[in-house]
Amino acid sequence: MSRRYDSRTTIFSPEGRLYQVEYALEAISHAGTALGILAKDGIVLAAEKKVTSKLLEQDTSAEKLYTLNDNMICAVAGMTADANILINYARQNAQRYLLTYNEEIPCEQLVRRLCDLKQGYTQHGGLRPFGVSFIYAGYDPLREFQLYQSNPSGNYGGWKATSVGANNASAQSLLKQDYKEDCDLKEACAMAVKVLSKTMDSTKLSSEKIEFATVGRTPEGKVYHHLWNADEINALLKEHGLAKVDDEPEAGDIK
Amino acid sequence: MTQHRAALRLRLASSSSRHSSSTRPVTLFLPSSSSSSSPSSPLHLSAKRIIDYVLLGITGKDFVLMAASKAAMRGPTILKAEDDKTRQLNKHNLMIYSGEAGDTVQFAEYINANISLYSMRNDSELRPEAVANFVRSELARSLRSRNAYSVNLLLGGVDPISEKPHLYWMDYLASLAPVPYAAHGYAQYYCLSTLDKHHHPDITLEQGLKLLTMCTDELKRRLPIDYKGVLVKVVTKDGVKVLDFDNDRIVKSA
Repeated sequence: MSRRYDSRTTIFSPEGRLYQVEYALEAISHAGTALGILAKDGIVLAAEKKVTSKLLEQDTSAEKLYTLNDNMICAVAGMTADANILINYARQNAQRYLLTYNEEIPCEQLVRRLCDLKQGYTQHGGLRPFGVSFIYAGYDPLREFQLYQSNPSGNYGGWKATSVGANNASAQSLLKQDYKEDCDLKEACAMAVKVLSKTMDSTKLSSEKIEFATVGRTPEGKVYHHLWNADEINALLKEHGLAKVDDEPEAGDIK
Repeated sequence: MTQHRAALRLRLASSSSRHSSSTRPVTLFLPSSSSSSSPSSPLHLSAKRIIDYVLLGITGKDFVLMAASKAAMRGPTILKAEDDKTRQLNKHNLMIYSGEAGDTVQFAEYINANISLYSMRNDSELRPEAVANFVRSELARSLRSRNAYSVNLLLGGVDPISEKPHLYWMDYLASLAPVPYAAHGYAQYYCLSTLDKHHHPDITLEQGLKLLTMCTDELKRRLPIDYKGVLVKVVTKDGVKVLDFDNDRIVKSA
């Protein structure tokens, strides 16, 4: 029945649905979890890195967390190849705005420009929508710290805490339970690792399995963003008792 | 039909001959020996430099005071005595401009429309620094085209977040500078020294108006042109307001 409507993006089904967009959302719900938490003095983004093979070189590039400009970063869930196109587009747009106005692009504007592009792919024929959801974390002087999420349909929204990817429903309900208004960045980091440890398959985490980034302000008021390195992540995991003991065998590991 | 063609051909012929007979190149830098005035600027722009107007800007503690002469002139003739050379770009930004007749209003409207479009699209207003850089980038783009706008302007604004006043000076070659006080046209020659001596960044609006009066008095005393008084506006955190200004004060020549 639905075969008649799902092979092209441009056509509504009789129930008023766009199947290609829904399939894209479905694809994302199998990707590694990514989450973001807004604190009063910063934002934390965390993502699950799916380790596919022991032979894969791990530390050559960030897989899920990217810098967009000097005051914005994002987490990706879905097809990395699609995400690269959108991230490149976002970076170009951010720099073009900086060139014209000599100030950083306001966060929501950059999110909206990306979403306008994504929306185009749900309407113009012959193209497939981008198979990625983003979580954006950024700062601008007008609205200060902001957290946004967008999906393949081109919709976006501002959040206090949100998640995308596999198990995002359970992550979302954990965040809802644990979120405290005006928590600080340190508490938000703790909450992020706790939620990730519960939604990921293995309870013991390591820096090989997660990526971590924060946006904040220095005491002088300068905005910084920081993609954490392995040692910093391990230290955080250790602090919260979630670190994997080195020689403890993983479930599924061949001995 | 054939008649039309003939007429068209005639017109084309006459226009092309007019072009070939004209010796003025469109945009060329000339060797300094052959150019009489400012050797480093393109000929078509230096030829159009007009300065018989007054633009003044003064920043204070929490305001920017802007004044523009009310005379619209063409050569020695005054065409209009109530000309408005100001344009409010958004709630906290005011632009005053002068230069080649026609270019000025065209450019000001273009900027005005684009800043309004930004406010509408983004539900937020560009801050003074962003406005100034946008105007500069547009003027710089136009400068490198076949027919550049030749407009001098001052941009005054108050940052809605920090509530600090900002004033930017920009000339027709699209050079931009943030300044505490500024002047364009003849006011440059007569008022900058007065402003230099008496300006202070913490002055109140009352002191600012007094300083402005000193400037216009000096113009009345020295400048042999009747610029028909100035239109005075002030930008504060509450927006842009027209101020009453006594242009009929009699000042004796030195």
